Amino acid sequence: MAESVLSIRDLRVTFQTQMGELCAVRGVDVDIAAGEILGVVGESGSGKSVSFLAAMGLLPATATVTGSVMLDGVELIGAKKKLVRSIRGRLMSMVFQDPLSALNPVHRVGDQIVEMIQSHQKIDETKAFARAVELLEIVGIPQPDERAKQYPHEFSGGMRQRVVIAMAIANNPKVLIADEPTTALDVTVQAQILEVIQRVQQSFGTAVVLITHDLGVIARVADSVNVMYAGRNVESGSVQDLFDHPSHPYTRGLLSSLPQEGIERLIPIAGFPPNMLAPPPGCGFAPRCPHVIQSCNASLPSLVPFEGLMTSCIRADELRIGGLRS
Amino acid sequence: MTEIVIPTFTPRQLAWKRFIGHKAAVVCSIVLVLLALAVILSPLTARYGVNESVKAPPNSYLSPSKLAWLGTDDIGRDLYSRLIYGTRVSLLIGLCSAFISVFVGCVVGAIAGFRGGRFDDVIMRVTDLFLAFPFLVALLVVRNMFGSVDWLTFIIGDMSSLRFIIFLLSFFGWMGVARIVRGQVLALKEREFIEAARAAGASRSYIIKRHLLPNSIGPIMVALTFSVVGAISGEATLSFFGYGPQPGAGATSLGLLVGQAKGAVQTGFWWIALFPCLILVLISLCINFIGDALRDATDPRLDATK
Amino acid sequence: MNMQSQAPLLSVQNLVKNFELRASKGLRKSKRIVQAVSDVSFNVSTGKTLGIVGESGSGKTTVGRSILQLITPTSGRIFFDGQDLTELSFEELRVVRRQMQIVFQDPFASLDPKMTVGTSISEPLVVQGISGDHQDRVAELLDLVGLAPDHARRFPHEFSGGQRQRVGIARALALDPKLIVLDEPVSALDVSIQAGVVNLFGDLQKRLGMSFVFIAHDLSVVRHIADDVAVMYLGKIVEIGNKNAVYNNPSHPYTKALLSAVPLPDPKVERLRHRIMLEGDVPSPVNPPTGCRFRTRCWKATELCAQTEPELVARATGQQSACHFPE
Repeated sequence: MAESVLSIRDLRVTFQTQMGELCAVRGVDVDIAAGEILGVVGESGSGKSVSFLAAMGLLPATATVTGSVMLDGVELIGAKKKLVRSIRGRLMSMVFQDPLSALNPVHRVGDQIVEMIQSHQKIDETKAFARAVELLEIVGIPQPDERAKQYPHEFSGGMRQRVVIAMAIANNPKVLIADEPTTALDVTVQAQILEVIQRVQQSFGTAVVLITHDLGVIARVADSVNVMYAGRNVESGSVQDLFDHPSHPYTRGLLSSLPQEGIERLIPIAGFPPNMLAPPPGCGFAPRCPHVIQSCNASLPSLVPFEGLMTSCIRADELRIGGLRS
Repeated sequence: MTEIVIPTFTPRQLAWKRFIGHKAAVVCSIVLVLLALAVILSPLTARYGVNESVKAPPNSYLSPSKLAWLGTDDIGRDLYSRLIYGTRVSLLIGLCSAFISVFVGCVVGAIAGFRGGRFDDVIMRVTDLFLAFPFLVALLVVRNMFGSVDWLTFIIGDMSSLRFIIFLLSFFGWMGVARIVRGQVLALKEREFIEAARAAGASRSYIIKRHLLPNSIGPIMVALTFSVVGAISGEATLSFFGYGPQPGAGATSLGLLVGQAKGAVQTGFWWIALFPCLILVLISLCINFIGDALRDATDPRLDATK
Repeated sequence: MNMQSQAPLLSVQNLVKNFELRASKGLRKSKRIVQAVSDVSFNVSTGKTLGIVGESGSGKTTVGRSILQLITPTSGRIFFDGQDLTELSFEELRVVRRQMQIVFQDPFASLDPKMTVGTSISEPLVVQGISGDHQDRVAELLDLVGLAPDHARRFPHEFSGGQRQRVGIARALALDPKLIVLDEPVSALDVSIQAGVVNLFGDLQKRLGMSFVFIAHDLSVVRHIADDVAVMYLGKIVEIGNKNAVYNNPSHPYTKALLSAVPLPDPKVERLRHRIMLEGDVPSPVNPPTGCRFRTRCWKATELCAQTEPELVARATGQQSACHFPE
């Protein structure tokens, strides 16, 4: 496997809330190589967003983060604020779901990109603005030199997201984290944004972490996938392997609950999302799993290799549930 | 399918917890409660009657002593006891006019916010009109205007009665509440549970009563506390200038007592000025702290239940 | 389009809804008109589901609310069970409201946080002046949607999103309506929860024989549950017909592009698929393009498209579409 540009080991995040301790992330490992798109799939309570907010150092003071996040050989957990700030936006940047709140409404779009550039590079205003126009063109905004002088409210949702992506890649980061970047967008616009992300990956060799709940999006653009549930990875592997023969009952459950051509009745996953204030003692999915046995509740299962995937289901071999076509 | 419901704190419990977290507000609440008790149980807590001389003359302007804890006024009445009775009157005025203001404000604000359009515009401009007048000037002008209209004074009492003062203060106290309630209603109006009620065929008044007002309790409570402060201060101001209530038989109000401070300061009878003002400031401060804490407590910025 | 011998339960005819944006420039108020819905017509038969799909600005949500008269149409007629809803008084409408209800998208905002779930569910009964305890009916409804009867005493915040949505459905069922408008009812739910609620709709329709108008942007879900589908763009229906006809043989370019854009959970298919990428964004409904509203993004657009607005015409595969150059 190619060398990892971002390497996360045993990441744990706990929040102190009014109602007790919330264990949002309970031991997550991530590896991503240059030019790879890693899809991180999960639903509410999976910890998918929190994990990467922690990696970026963007969590509030009420959060306790332990573990290791190595970006290009530099350890980020526990690092000095100055170091983290210099890395954020330069080596690793993040794009969020709502582009409107990421943009300052009173500054022109071009100026905001310039600000991004100038905070990490010594470069004069004119050159930076020219670069900003270039970036707008890369992300597919027509008439970039005119639009760079416009304000965020003059852009539509999809265009705004492109601007935010332009800001994120302004300093040619090694890793781009996209947290549900298309969830709030129309489906035709979503297709455009996914295409922009792919273009960025191909042109600059940027590693992309694509966090989403939409398996279709994963199928379209991801190279490898991590499936998260209740704060842990339950399954990971290449996108082909995962969709072909998922080994974990949760992944299988997700796939079965999607409306597909020819399927008469959807198969929901029984139960409800986990309560992270009091997570289950063993496998997080055990309370909802149709294949649960006693030992599932005994202890937190770790990821083990199985048929090309990494799975945390202790019965993977036994069950061999396979894909939808089996 | 047996689905277990996740027990969490109710919004009310969370609000209570947030309120308790404000140490200052808790202290102020205790202070106010003690004050209220002292005032309610006035025949017991006061040492003398409101018009009673402490002792036979010479008894005027006695400095604080065992006989009169806070000194006496010009005709030898115990300041401490008068302060208790006076505060009772002022609190009464404050609470009554606050409740009336809030009631009127709620109705006006709810209707304006809910009906919207021209209706809303008209009501809001009227509200602005009321707000535009300098408080004191308006009070005085209206006081004289209403005081000379016979049928009005027949209903609400003449210019020097308590009822009149309460009416006067309410007359100028409802606008703030109206604005707050209108804002809440505008925000809530588009929420889907309101539309669901409309889809079921609910009338406007049902929706206002059953949905909009209960969901506005937080801001209304805050508005209530600030109205009380406003009313008490308003009464004090009026009385200071001699336009306040003139309850007979030697009865007094906090405002009147503060008013008497005018003369006392020059003549060196410091207790006449200090103690009434102290109580007034204490009450205002406490209510303000509580109001602030209430606002924080009911403002759902951090929703830990989601 | 409908081969029913009886009249359809719901018949929307030439529905138009314009919104005024009041912007004041100084003393003069300049009016900008948002053409949210422009001349939309469709029928829904008893016991059937019509799916309405579209993206933002399509007007589908406005259509849904107009059916229930939560929004007063600018013009057009809405016939429900033979009566024209636009002509009814408030009281007459209230009576009709027993027959049609709505379920909203946001499970958090659709329930009054200060009322118990039981009170929310029984509210339609109370509003309609139906006397009685309602406890039994509430328990019955909770059971119908898969929740335990003793949940009636609890408050909305104690439930998960999926459960709240079920409460909303129970409320909509309280009056035993013939038609329910479902406005993006599963969009805000986790994927694994969506399936359960979608199944519930199917079950309810089988058991109680009610009709649904299912408004969504998720084409896969609509395909699963609807009998007929209407595709909306910028206030107009561009294609309408039986769902298999529309999904398997889309005749309008926009429908084709929409179907092409939906990511399917199958990597092999996704990587090999020919994708139609639409340029640009949806135009503003304040100033919709002349002629065919889709022409600014359509790869087939010609002069004709700018001059003449295409009418809905029946196609060989059974559905109707509004295009001068159908696929």
